[in-house]
Amino acid sequence: MSYLRMLAAGIAAAGLAFAGTADAQTPKRGGTLTYAISAETPHYDCHASDTFATLHFASPFYSTLMQFDLSKYPGVKGDLAESWTVAPDLMTYTFKLRSNVAFHDGTPLTSADVKATYERLRAPPTGIVSTRQATFGDIDTIETPDATTITFKMKAPNPAMMEHFASPWNCVYSAAKLAADPNFPRNNIMGSGPFRFGEHVKGSHVTGTRNERYFEPGKPYLDGFRGVFMSQPAAMLNALQGGQVMAEFRGISPAERDRLVQGMGDRVRIEESGWTLNLLVVFNVEKKPFDDVRVRQALNMAIDRRAGAQGLARQATLRDVGGLVRPGSPFAIKDADLAKVPGYGTNIAAARAEARRLLQAAGASNLKFVLHNRATPQPYTPAGIYLVDQWRQIGVEVEHRQSETSPYLAAMSSGNFDVAVDFSNLFMDEPSLGLAKYVSFDRAPENRSRSIDRELDRLYDLQSRERDTTKRYDIIRQFEARMFEQVYQAPLLWWHRIIPTNKAVMGWEMSPSHNLGQNLAGVWLNQ
Amino acid sequence: MATVSQPTVTYNIRKRRSALVEFCIAQPLGAISGVAILVMLFAGMFAELVAPFDPLTIDFGAMLAAPSATHPMGTDAFGRDIFSRVIYGARTALTIGFFSSLFGCTLGAVVGVSSAYFGGRIDMAVQRFIDVMLAFPIIVLALVVVAMLGRNLVGGVDVNLIVAIAIPIVPKVARVVRSAALSIREMPYIDAARAAGFSHTRIIFRHMVPNVSAPFLIMFTAFIAQAILLEASLSFLGLGVTEPTPAWGLMLSGNASDFYREAPWMILFPGLAISVAVFAFNLFGDSLRDWLDPKFKV
Repeated sequence: MSYLRMLAAGIAAAGLAFAGTADAQTPKRGGTLTYAISAETPHYDCHASDTFATLHFASPFYSTLMQFDLSKYPGVKGDLAESWTVAPDLMTYTFKLRSNVAFHDGTPLTSADVKATYERLRAPPTGIVSTRQATFGDIDTIETPDATTITFKMKAPNPAMMEHFASPWNCVYSAAKLAADPNFPRNNIMGSGPFRFGEHVKGSHVTGTRNERYFEPGKPYLDGFRGVFMSQPAAMLNALQGGQVMAEFRGISPAERDRLVQGMGDRVRIEESGWTLNLLVVFNVEKKPFDDVRVRQALNMAIDRRAGAQGLARQATLRDVGGLVRPGSPFAIKDADLAKVPGYGTNIAAARAEARRLLQAAGASNLKFVLHNRATPQPYTPAGIYLVDQWRQIGVEVEHRQSETSPYLAAMSSGNFDVAVDFSNLFMDEPSLGLAKYVSFDRAPENRSRSIDRELDRLYDLQSRERDTTKRYDIIRQFEARMFEQVYQAPLLWWHRIIPTNKAVMGWEMSPSHNLGQNLAGVWLNQ
Repeated sequence: MATVSQPTVTYNIRKRRSALVEFCIAQPLGAISGVAILVMLFAGMFAELVAPFDPLTIDFGAMLAAPSATHPMGTDAFGRDIFSRVIYGARTALTIGFFSSLFGCTLGAVVGVSSAYFGGRIDMAVQRFIDVMLAFPIIVLALVVVAMLGRNLVGGVDVNLIVAIAIPIVPKVARVVRSAALSIREMPYIDAARAAGFSHTRIIFRHMVPNVSAPFLIMFTAFIAQAILLEASLSFLGLGVTEPTPAWGLMLSGNASDFYREAPWMILFPGLAISVAVFAFNLFGDSLRDWLDPKFKV
C-alpha cells in the first residue's frame, strides 16, 4: 500500500504541476464535459438546499452576486458585480452590477432581480424555505437606486458579509418569475449562468448547452456538459476508468483513489485537500427520550472518534477529529482542549462508563432507536456502521436505516426521525457560516435537531459582530462548550477531499469545498 | 406334564427401509446437498453458539487481516470477522429464502389450482395476467417491488423484502401447478365432490391442493435457491438488507470492491457461501423431483 500511496502522491503532484502548465495554455473551445454526480438533487432551488447534489446540478445555470476566487481562496471576486464599496463601519455594502447580463429567456438581469433574490434568502415568503435565513439575518434593508446598483444596509456589522455574498447558494432568480410564483425555482431552471438548461432525466442525467449570451467574453469554453447521476462508487470508478465520465467533483475515498491510480496510471489527475464538511450526529429533541440531555450526552460520549478517525480514514472520506469549526482553521478548538471533551478524547473506557451511568439515570438503559442515514455510500454508510457499533458497546440497540437523498432530506426537514447522521456543508472556514446550523430552529431551518436555545443564539450573534479575533475566538469557545454540554448535534468527523479528473479536463480549480467552482465557466477540454 | 412344542414359522418378509434411507440410496447427490442444507440451517439457527465473534463488532486493529487460526476467513475493512459474518449471513439468507419461497409458492399454488378448477374465462384472464408477469425478468420485477414498498422491519426481518422476492415466484409456480391441477380437475372424485354439493373452497383446498403437493414441494425447494440469490443480488445493489446486518450479498458490495485486490477473502467466502447454498438447494430440489415423480423413476 505504501507503494500505491507514493504513486498516488507522485501522480497528484505531477497532476498539479501539469495543471499549472496547462492553465498557462490557451483554453480550447468546444467539447462536452461528462461528469459524475453521486446523488440526485431533491429539487432545483439553491436557496432551500444544502446538498452538493443541487449545486453540482444547478450551478452552471446560475450567476451569483459575488463568487470565491479559487486561485486566491478564500478571496472573493465579482460575478454579477462589476465593482463594490464597503462602508468602514461595515453597515453599508454597495454593488455596481454588469450591464450586459440577461437571463436565459432573454430578459435583462437588473438590480431588482438581485434584490428579489436576497429578500427571498433573508425573509422567505410563507411556504418557502431559505436555509440561509440566519446567515442574512443581519441585512436591514435592500435598496436599488438604479438598474445596475444595489445597496445592502445592515442592522449590525458582520465581518464575514462579503464571503456570505459570495456563497454559491445565492443563485440569482428572476424577480418577475418570483413575483408570479415564489416557488418557481424549485421546479424550474431559469438563470443567467454560463450554460442553458438542456434536460433533466430523473435517475439518469442533466445536460446544459453553452449560453451564447453569457456576460464573460469568450466563456464558457465548453459546448455543453452532461452530469450523470451515479450513486454507486463502483460504477463511477469504472466509468472514470473507461472514459465514460471525465470527473467526479465531490470526492472519493482513499481506497478508491488507489484503485483509480492503479487502473488509469497517468490518465488521471488526483488533487487532495482538507474539506469544509463534517458529519454530525443529530438528536431530534422533539422526540423522547432525546429531549433528555442525559441521553444525548451518553450517546455522544460513547463514540470513540480518535479510533474511528484512524480506521475510517483508510476507507472513507472521513479523517479529522474536530469541534464545530474545521480543525486547522483559525477559529478551531485546540486539540488539547478538544481531547478533554468526553467522546473526543482518548479515555473512551471512562467515557463509556459515564455514558452507561447517564442512560441508567435517565431510565433509558434498554434504549432502542432507528438511526436515519443517507444512502450515499461515501462516507455515510461507513459512518452509520461505526455509530451502530459504538452505541452497541453501551448496550444501545440501533437499527440503521438508509434512504435516498430526497426521502432522507424530506425526513430531516420534517423532523421524522429519532437520531440521524447529518452533514454541515460549508463553502468556507467562516464561523458565522458553520455555526449558523446550531442556532435555534426558529431562526435556522437547517438545524435538524429542532432545538431552541437562546443562549446559543446570543453567543452566535455576539461572535458574528465581534471584529477582534481573540475575543471572537473566546466567544466561539463558549458557543462550542454550550453545544458540547447540550448535545443537540454532535460533530462526528471532518472530511478529506480527493478529486479525480481525467487529464483532459482543464481549468477546473480545486478548493476545500465541493460547493465552489462548479459553474464550469472556465473549464475546457484539452483533446 | 406334557410339553407341546410350537412349530417354528419363518416369514420371508423384506424389511421396509425408511423413506429417508431410500432417498439417500436413490439420490446420493441429493443426500449430500441435504446435509449441506442442514449444516447451513444449523449454523443459521445457532449462530450465537457457532460464530467465534460478534458479527457487528468493529476492530480496526484487525482490519483486513488474512485468514488465520483466529479469523479462519480473515476480516473485512472494519476488522469484523468474516467467518462469523458468513455464519450469521446464513440466518439472513435462509430466513428470507425460506419465507419468500413459502409465501410465493403457496400463493402461486392457490392461484394455479383455482385457475385450473374454475377454467373458462377466469382461467383465461388469470393466465394472460401470468403471461404479463412472466414477461418481466425476475430481478427486474423484484427491483420494482422493493423500490415501491420500501422497508418494513418486523423482528429484524424486512417483510417487504420477502414480499418483493415472493411476488416474482408466484406466476412461475401458478403456471406449473395449473398444469398439474388440470388433470386432477377431471378425476372422478372431484366430480363426486361437486355432486355432493361441496363448496369451491372446500374442493380446492381439501381435494385439489393436497394432490399438487409433489410439484409444490419440488418448486418450494428450488425457489429457496432463487430467493437466496435474489436477496443477495438486491443487497448487492443496495436495495436489500442494510449494513451492518450480516448478509452474503451485502458483504460483496460496499467497500469490498475497493479492497478485493488487497483482501480477496472479503469477496471469496461470501461468494462461496452463496454458491454453495444455491447449488445445494437446486440439487436437492432436482433430486426430490427425480425421487417423487414416477416419470423420472421409469
